[in-house]
Amino acid sequence: MTTLTERTETKPVVTRPGALAATGHPLVRPPAAAHLSDEQIAELGRELDAVRDEVLAKRGATDAAYIRRVIKVQRGLEIAGRASLLVGRNKAAWVAGTAMLSVAKILENMEIGHNVLHGQWDWMRDPDIHSTTWEWDFVTPARSWQHTHNDLHHRWTNVVGKDRDVGYNLLRMDADQPWTPFNLGNPLYNAILAPVFEWGIALYDLEIPEYKEGLKSKEDMSRDLKAVGVKAVKQFTKDYAATPAVAMLTGSGKQALYGTLAANAIRNVWAHAVIFCGHFPEGTDTFTEEMVEGETRGDWYVRQMIGSANISGSKFMHLMTGNLSHQVEHHCFPDLPSNRYAEVAVKVKEICNRYGLPYTTGPLPKQVASTWAKVFKLALPEKGRFSLRQKVTA
Amino acid sequence: MIRLRQLARAASVLITPLAPEDVLALFNPVYSSRQLRGVVTKVVSETPDSVTIHFHPGWGWKAHQAGQWARIGVELDGVRHWRSYSLSAAAGADPAITVTDAGAVSGVLVRNTKPGDVLFLAPPQGEFVLPEHPRPLLMLTAGSGITPVMSMVRTLVPRRPDADVVLIHSARTPKDSLFLEELNELADQFSNFRVTHLFTAERGRLDFGSDAELEELCSDWRERAAYACGPEEFLDDAEALWASQPTLSAGQEASEGSTLTIERFSTNLAGGEGHDGGLVQFEASDREVEADGDTPLLDVGEDAGVLMPSGCRMGICHSCLTPLRAGQVRDLRTGEVHGEPGQLIQTCVSAAAGPVNLDL
Repeated sequence: MTTLTERTETKPVVTRPGALAATGHPLVRPPAAAHLSDEQIAELGRELDAVRDEVLAKRGATDAAYIRRVIKVQRGLEIAGRASLLVGRNKAAWVAGTAMLSVAKILENMEIGHNVLHGQWDWMRDPDIHSTTWEWDFVTPARSWQHTHNDLHHRWTNVVGKDRDVGYNLLRMDADQPWTPFNLGNPLYNAILAPVFEWGIALYDLEIPEYKEGLKSKEDMSRDLKAVGVKAVKQFTKDYAATPAVAMLTGSGKQALYGTLAANAIRNVWAHAVIFCGHFPEGTDTFTEEMVEGETRGDWYVRQMIGSANISGSKFMHLMTGNLSHQVEHHCFPDLPSNRYAEVAVKVKEICNRYGLPYTTGPLPKQVASTWAKVFKLALPEKGRFSLRQKVTA
Repeated sequence: MIRLRQLARAASVLITPLAPEDVLALFNPVYSSRQLRGVVTKVVSETPDSVTIHFHPGWGWKAHQAGQWARIGVELDGVRHWRSYSLSAAAGADPAITVTDAGAVSGVLVRNTKPGDVLFLAPPQGEFVLPEHPRPLLMLTAGSGITPVMSMVRTLVPRRPDADVVLIHSARTPKDSLFLEELNELADQFSNFRVTHLFTAERGRLDFGSDAELEELCSDWRERAAYACGPEEFLDDAEALWASQPTLSAGQEASEGSTLTIERFSTNLAGGEGHDGGLVQFEASDREVEADGDTPLLDVGEDAGVLMPSGCRMGICHSCLTPLRAGQVRDLRTGEVHGEPGQLIQTCVSAAAGPVNLDL
């Protein structure tokens, strides 16, 4: 009887795509959280909401000062680095310039760009530091990236078939992705991708498979192509034509070109490493579509936590990763200011422990090694599994 | 100037996606034409709870006409807030606003502003300006309503011998009366200016119920172009008096006949409380819907057939940001009621708290 009244009282079935269910549970709960009841998951959701509210209540002038300071330092490094490369014939100037420009690009992409584009600083209502106006030093246009990243990846984190960040349409990063002989090149593709990561992401954000499957309209495609074309020309011109051209005045044209090439490559390798450490190391889970069907807010939180991995390290390391070293916290609260993730992490970890959920973290070399191990391992089909799939398709 | 722009364009090739001003702003915050700013040069205390803030605007400011107002942005605990203030300085002078502590934003401006601070600015605007051709004027002001009129008086009285200005200003006490000394000095010095101070704590308010008191204070008031600025009630009463006079008309072009021009600072739509809900207007789509206080505005809009930007539907991706035109919204996650005109809100996690206008 009670069940019956409860049934009739629940909200009408949610029909809007992506909206979370108010109550209940997914068709299948992920194995790592299978021991938790609906009530426990709901309680966990409330606890994490409270963590968020606590930060919102504190967020203020010190946070605003923080991001402005980071932006100031970044712009200083950018200008100083580029200026040094203009006299790159001098070896010390070249090394200093390349180093400063690399750090500037990393800060710009990670701690500033990624986080501003998430809307982490929208609350300041400063139109110069806002998710709707920011453009970054990265080939992919900010708007395209926001769609594939903020909306699709963060909503469907690690759901195989829904979150294309699982392998970026290029790599086989999960055993549930069917193996094809193409995947034999997994390590090779990854090694090639790392130093040109920004171009890979630009290509990825075009959503070519979606276009081919008819999920993306021709108009949207030509709009995105145009946007990425314009952006790519600007980025390319700046680093590989304009800067070397000005440097030719001091006879440093070639050195300046090597400097910008090196800075971009260093940034790309670093960003690639950090981003791969977010969801691919050993211990992170992937999910099936049944596991998100009927998901509540609490279940969504659980999926974010067990599908993400942190990187442990110093404050400087956290800064250079754009605080994506707090990937777990970032995925629970993508629009909280990044400088708050460290304090949030303490609470999230405690909650994970209390509810018996895995909380994956480790130093950078270990996590990078773990992602590469997966890249190698998944280049080959699983034993048994391979034959099973063959049978199914046959 | 054109050469400067070409130079800027050349420089931006080297620093894209930044603009030259992003770099210049490292050295001086007013070097931004995208975000107009001004540096406070002087803060003068006027009464116990009001100050005049003089500032030097950066590129992009246009000189104000006497009587105009500007939107001023200040940061309160890291968050930008905008309010409109009348400019009290004479036309042609560096701008200044006179602010009376009457709320969170004005309170901070009055108490904390110091020379060197940066204010965010929007260019001056407003129709409450002097008539095009010289005319005898009557100014009726109350409280901080004196500020735009002060700009007019400062512009006109010392510079135009042909001016003829009568000012009747109401304030509670002499201590609260803005610009008291300066107005008296101007009246002593210039025969073209006459000022009457009414202290309402002593004598009660200026009576607009009949024309008797006005007649007594300024016998030729019917021949003058009148300007009024003050609290809502003061303006309503003045308007009613003018409307009751068959030969006069309220609120029309000040240049024809004896008319009353008023400056009314419309107060923001009051925000509702709790789960109020209210009428949601999608201004660009020209649609109105009554919404409850628990349904996200995104759903309200979609149900009404408005093309709404949307993304994650759970408040994380910021794809649905929509400018608020008026009213306030309640954050469905925290319960917080917030909203200022122009603020971008996440429609997927915001419900109406009272009437809401959206720019969609």
